[in-house]
Amino acid sequence: MHELSIAMSIIAMAEEEARQRGVQVNAVHLKLGSLSGVVKEALLFSYELACEGTLLEGSRLLIEEVPTVVYCPDCQAERTLASIQRFYCSVCDSPASEVVQGRELEVVALEIQQ
Amino acid sequence: MSTPPRLVEVRQKVLKQNDLLARSLRQRFHDAGIYVVSLVSSPGSGKTMFLEKTLSRLHEQYRVAALVGDLATENDAARLARSQAPVKQIITGTVCHLEASMIERALEGWNLDELDFLFIENVGNLVCPSSYDLGEDFRLVLMSVTEGEDKPLKYPTIFNTADAAVITKIDLAEAVEFDALTANNNIQSVRPGMQVFEVSAKTGAGVEPFLQYLESRFAELRRDSRGGRAAHY
Repeated sequence: MHELSIAMSIIAMAEEEARQRGVQVNAVHLKLGSLSGVVKEALLFSYELACEGTLLEGSRLLIEEVPTVVYCPDCQAERTLASIQRFYCSVCDSPASEVVQGRELEVVALEIQQ
Repeated sequence: MSTPPRLVEVRQKVLKQNDLLARSLRQRFHDAGIYVVSLVSSPGSGKTMFLEKTLSRLHEQYRVAALVGDLATENDAARLARSQAPVKQIITGTVCHLEASMIERALEGWNLDELDFLFIENVGNLVCPSSYDLGEDFRLVLMSVTEGEDKPLKYPTIFNTADAAVITKIDLAEAVEFDALTANNNIQSVRPGMQVFEVSAKTGAGVEPFLQYLESRFAELRRDSRGGRAAHY
């Protein structure tokens, strides 16, 4: 369960922005890859807990889930994986281990209010 | 007077600080010519015994050291110290994984130039360690024959981020009816082309091919870093 420390990092980051800009943060928009090793539900739960007593108290965490995309060397094309249990091209079934997308754990935007 | 809410773009990786620190550690390791291997597995898969064997054998020819993460005890460091290699325990308390900052702190007082190999044993956990770069060159994921062949499918992220897999306690394979073919297929499914070593730290079976592999990686690193230094002159 490392989601609590991840949530605390997200909050620290957003608090820093809130202070610098002198604004209130209503919501944090996060991109979460299916290969990030972070569980969405656990992160949402931790976020709410970790927000208490901070500038982010009462804010929402909005998570955009990002599927894992690999590069297929045989097709020379990017393919979205149906499951991270199988790193094979969805078209030609060749092994495809080069990850193009899916490791994201990134704050992309903040909804702020003066 | 409050204004309507608006959206501002930020774009910041949540683990940016860890990533930056890991990158600077990797640079320090390379400058010192050390090959760094991290080990991850679930609790009880035999990481410590495997590492003890690896350290003892490498210690005959190389300068080796280990950092070992544990939630609460120093037992692992005591076991590993029997190999004669310098060992430091990192007690993480309630934290379920190692982070780059813990590695940096643990290295204080060690002269990296006096080492060839550094091993980092993570806390027994197949989930959380996958998100944290420690500056290692090589990540090994271990699973024992007693854990079941489907471990890679249950924890695809950690297997996918590893560079090689070690199947431990192979001396027990028959007793627990371990299906090596299925296990290997599952590993290849989540990480096509991954090198797999089957070992028994108890009998020593399969340990030599693994050590030879590490030695060849180390030779490669030293060749590259020497080439890099020569280019300076």
